[in-house]
Amino acid sequence: MLAAILALGGMGAVAGLGLGLAAKRFAVEVDARLEEILEALPGINCGACGYAGCRPCGEAIHTGAAKVNACPVGGEGTVQTLARIMGVEPEAAIAQVARIFCTGGVEEARRSFAYQGMGDCNAAVLVSGGGKACVFGCLGLGSCVEACPYDAMYMNANAIPVVIDDKCTGCTLCAPACPKDLIEMVPTGSDVQVLCHSTHKGSEVKKVCTVGCIACDICVKICPYEAITVTAHLAEIDYGKCTNCGLCVAKCPDDTILDFSGVRPKSFILEASCTGCTWCRDVCPTNAITGEQDLLHVVAPERCIGCYMCKDICPEDAVEMRGPNAYGVPGVQVVGEATPNRLTLVQIR
Amino acid sequence: MAGELALIAVSAMLVNNFVLARFLGICPFLGVSRRMESAVGMSMAVLFVMTVASLVSWLVQRLILAPFGLEYLRTITFILVIASLVQLVEMVVQKTSPVLYQALGIFLPLITTNCAILGVALLVQQKDYGFLQTLTFAVAASLGFGLALVLLAGLRTSLALAALPRAFQGNAIVLITAGILSLAFMGFSGLVRG
Repeated sequence: MLAAILALGGMGAVAGLGLGLAAKRFAVEVDARLEEILEALPGINCGACGYAGCRPCGEAIHTGAAKVNACPVGGEGTVQTLARIMGVEPEAAIAQVARIFCTGGVEEARRSFAYQGMGDCNAAVLVSGGGKACVFGCLGLGSCVEACPYDAMYMNANAIPVVIDDKCTGCTLCAPACPKDLIEMVPTGSDVQVLCHSTHKGSEVKKVCTVGCIACDICVKICPYEAITVTAHLAEIDYGKCTNCGLCVAKCPDDTILDFSGVRPKSFILEASCTGCTWCRDVCPTNAITGEQDLLHVVAPERCIGCYMCKDICPEDAVEMRGPNAYGVPGVQVVGEATPNRLTLVQIR
Repeated sequence: MAGELALIAVSAMLVNNFVLARFLGICPFLGVSRRMESAVGMSMAVLFVMTVASLVSWLVQRLILAPFGLEYLRTITFILVIASLVQLVEMVVQKTSPVLYQALGIFLPLITTNCAILGVALLVQQKDYGFLQTLTFAVAASLGFGLALVLLAGLRTSLALAALPRAFQGNAIVLITAGILSLAFMGFSGLVRG
């Protein structure tokens, strides 16, 4: 007994001592920057950067194999910190946000049968597609919400997931959780989206959903920037061309196109600078601006949809975009979450 | 003597292949056989660690355990010795040869007290091998391990492109392949006794 304790303890002590000495003797200097980089990364190992985790990503940044904006999750702050550590110019953070390309919830989309089973979209989809009459539709069981490591999603009362923009890091983890492939990453700042994936004909879509894209081409015609095309009975927005003017949002007959920019500003013409050139009056798609040649132009706030077109065209910089209360319009509250906005306009030329 | 060593080598490498006949070291066999590169890297690390570990444990047995009549502590002592040895080797390699560390680095901690490594050290004592025999046995055993790993990696890279029924996809086909490979190696049995 004693011999065993002594022998094993002795060998353990010798081995431990040897290893301790060896660790000192053979210590490899690690660049202090690597530690700092790993500290700066989110450390959640989500894999959105394409590396196996935060450590491999950090090592890649350290060796220069990856840029300082390699982490799409950390946001601007992380990029700044990493750029400071690496001593390079910070690059623009790749910012993207998840969007669910279906808004057909309980109220809008017809059900073909009532699914009663495991509360998981990927299980439900195995049962004849999950019960939505539209084969492209959101099943509303929240598998994407489960997958989100940042608590940036929740199911609304209409059984459609909602992304909380402030919390969404664009990590893409929710996308594979959706059996219908409804989640896409869109660049932040691209606030107008056609939230439908149905490639069925308009008449088919009408039968199963009241908010589906029926490929009516109205948005294509009204878009001043030719940013919308319809392919396979589905409208698609080219984010490179789209300026978030919101005309298509206002005009879409099925409310398929939504605006995520929150409360839009109103255009305001500065009396001192306006020369009365009529350019803004002519460009305004909603006829919100009135005024005669060489006289001050006036904006009718109830018609202005905040498309910025007048501001962009004004040669005198006489147009300002002001908050929604610029004209004292009461009752407008800024909602912090990504509540999609349906621009309501009665009269558009 | 040379004949005996050759016999030990053939026995350890083919007839009593550690993975396919003794079923030791199955975890790296299944875990690191997805790509040929990592399979070769793992084989090299095993060759290295197995040889060093069996020799050191042979010395420990002869110089410490046997003289003091502590043979019953063999297993735990070997685990202790091999684990610290691998740690030491890892440190030395990292310091002295960054290239070798890049190649072996990730695999070394994985096989610290792998059952195949410990198996060699214990089997050597069971068979009462001398120093040269131990060296031959360890090298041959690790080559046999490498052979099995490379074979499976080759099969898996081919299988990755095959159209498999859904029930067989993933780990299922790997286990089936490993089983068939093992069956094939059974053909060597009877070639050498022991």
